[in-house]
Amino acid sequence: MARYILKRLLLMIPVVLGISLLVFSMMELSPGDPAQIILGMRATPEALENLREEMGLNQPFWTRYFNYIVNALQGDFGTSWRTNLPVLNEIVARLLTTVRLALGAMVLVVAIGIPVGILSAVKQYSLLDNVTLTGALILSSMPAFWLGTLLILLFALQLSWLPAMGNNEISGYILPWITLAASYLATLVRMTRSSMLEVIRADYIKMARAKGANERQVILRHALRNALLPIVTIVGMNFAALLGGTVIIEQVFMLNGLGSLAITSVRQLDVPMVMAEVLFIALITSIINLVVDVLYVYIDPRLKSQYVMARKARS
Amino acid sequence: MSEKALLEVKDLSVEYHTDEMTVKAVNGVSLSVGRGQTLGLVGETGAGKTTLALSLLRLLPKGIGKITSGAINFEGANLLSLREADMRAYRGRLLSMIFQDPMTSLNPVIPVGRQVAEVLELHNDKKLTKQQIEARVDDMFRMVGIPPERKNEYPHQFSGGMKQRVVIAISLACEPELLIADEPTTALDVTIQAQVLAMMTDLKEKLGTSMIMITHDLGIVAETCDSVAVMYAGEIVEMGTVEALFEGDTHHPYTEGLFGSIPRLDVETERLRPIDGMIADPSDLPGGCSFHPRCPYCTERCKTEHPQAHLDARGHMIRCHRFDKEGEA
Repeated sequence: MARYILKRLLLMIPVVLGISLLVFSMMELSPGDPAQIILGMRATPEALENLREEMGLNQPFWTRYFNYIVNALQGDFGTSWRTNLPVLNEIVARLLTTVRLALGAMVLVVAIGIPVGILSAVKQYSLLDNVTLTGALILSSMPAFWLGTLLILLFALQLSWLPAMGNNEISGYILPWITLAASYLATLVRMTRSSMLEVIRADYIKMARAKGANERQVILRHALRNALLPIVTIVGMNFAALLGGTVIIEQVFMLNGLGSLAITSVRQLDVPMVMAEVLFIALITSIINLVVDVLYVYIDPRLKSQYVMARKARS
Repeated sequence: MSEKALLEVKDLSVEYHTDEMTVKAVNGVSLSVGRGQTLGLVGETGAGKTTLALSLLRLLPKGIGKITSGAINFEGANLLSLREADMRAYRGRLLSMIFQDPMTSLNPVIPVGRQVAEVLELHNDKKLTKQQIEARVDDMFRMVGIPPERKNEYPHQFSGGMKQRVVIAISLACEPELLIADEPTTALDVTIQAQVLAMMTDLKEKLGTSMIMITHDLGIVAETCDSVAVMYAGEIVEMGTVEALFEGDTHHPYTEGLFGSIPRLDVETERLRPIDGMIADPSDLPGGCSFHPRCPYCTERCKTEHPQAHLDARGHMIRCHRFDKEGEA
C-alpha cells in the first residue's frame, strides 16, 4: 500500500508541472506589458526598460519558466505586482479562510447528506422519501448568491441572530456554511439514495436477510459499504471544487478567501499571484484525488487485489 | 409422504402487485416435506418456484409481493402468523436458502469467513465464544472442501464453484432443519455441478437436513430427490415419489411434455421436441386449467373448469380432468 501511495505521489509531479506550464504560457499570451502594469501609464521608457531587465522579462520564455519553477520549489512564488508583497504569505493567509469555509460546509454535507440519503432509500416512495427528494430539488435549484442573501436578510437583519458579514469567529461562518452546503447537500442526498437503492436490490442483501439479519444490520453492515464507492467519489470531487472556488459565497459574505483573491488578481493582471493560486489549487486537487483513491482501496477489496496482482505480474 | 411432516404448506397463494398489473405467481400450492426428505420442485422459468421458496422464508419483495392465502406449518408453528422478529430467528437457523447465482450472493466487501461467522453470530443460542465460532467456521470450510486458510479472502478471489461452496457453508452452518436450494447449480459448469450436488447430498445426509431442491433439470431430480412436485403457472400439477414420476404410467400432460422434451440416447432424434406454446402469462392466466392452451388432450371442459387434484392409492397426485372418471364429476 505504501508503495502505491508513493507511486501516486510521484505521479503528481508531472501533473502539477504540466499545469504550471499551461498557466505560465497563458499569462505569457495574454495582452499587456507587466512593467507597464506595475509602473503605470506615465512611466518613462527608460524606467520600463530597467524594470523589465530587473524582472528578467527580456529573457527567453523557457529560461523564465525554469527560474520560476526553481524558485517555487524553494517556496518563493515571487512578489505580487499589485502589493509588492510575497505571494506566498497572501495565499497562505487566504487559504485558511477558504479551508475553514470548505471544511465546515463539507462536514455539514456529509453529516446530513449520507444519513438522509440512506433513510430515503430504505423507505423508498414513503412520505419521508418524497419530502427529501422535493427538498433536494429545491435546494439544488436555489442559486447560492440568492440563498445567501435571503439567509442574511432573515437571520442577520430580521432576527439579528448571526452576523451578516464574515468575521473570524464561528458565528460568522454559520451562514456561509449553510449557503455553501445547500446545493452539494442536494447532490449527495440524491447520489446516496440511488447508490443505496441499487445495492439493496443485490442478491447478497437477500442472502443477508435469509441469514436472519435484521434490517439495521442489513443496511449498515451489508449495504452501506457497497454503496459508499460513488459517494466517496462525489464527496472528494465536491471538496476539491469547494477549495478551488467559493468565489460567490466569499463575495456575498465578504470573506477574504482564495476565491475573491483570484478574481482581483486576474482583473489586475497580477501574474505571480494567479500562477501561485492555480498551482496551489492543482496541488490540493491532486492530493484530494489521491486520498479518494486510497479510500477506495480500503472500501473495496477488489481494487486492492487488482493493484497487488498488477505488481506481482510485473515482478 | 410421511405423516409427521417437517414442513407443510397448505393452499398457499402469492400475488405481486405493481402499478400496471397483478401477477398471480403462486396459486393454491399444497405440499409437505418429511424429515430428512428431499422434495424436488420442477417447472419452467416463471412457474413460480422461486416465489414459492421466498414465501417460505417470508422474504418476498416488500410492498410488491404478498401472500394472499394459505398456511405454512413448520415444526408445528404457522410461519405466516409469526412476528417479523420471531421469523428472523427461523431464517438461517432452521430454514436456510441457497440462491441461484453464487457470483452475486456473497457480499463483495466482506471476507468469506466473516460471512460464514455472521450467521453463527446471529443465531448464537449456545453462547459460543469468538474462538469457538472461528473453529466452527474452519470446520464448515473443511466440510465443503475449502482450505480454512482461505477464509480471510474475499469473494472475488474464488471461482464460481468455490463461491457456491461458501454459500453452502453459510446455509448449513447452523445445521438447519430445512434447506431450500434454488437452482444451486444452474450458474455452474457441468463438472462443477456434479461435484457441488454430490457434496450437497452428502452433507444433507450427514446432518439429517430436509431439502427442497428447485431445479428445471430432471437429471438432478432423479439423482437427489425422494419426491417431486411439478409446477406449472404457479400450481402443482403433479406430485409424487421420484419412482412414480419417472417410472409410473399416469402423468399430467405437462409432465409428459417435460419428459418428452428430453432427447433420448437410444432413439434416433432429428429435432428436439418442445412443448408447444408459451408458458401461461401469470398476470393473465387462462380460465379453467392453466395448461389447456398447450395441452394435446384439451377438451371443452378444460377451458372452463379448474381441475381437481386426484390422489391415487400411493399418494400420487395429478391435477387434470383426464383422471376425473373414477367416481367424481
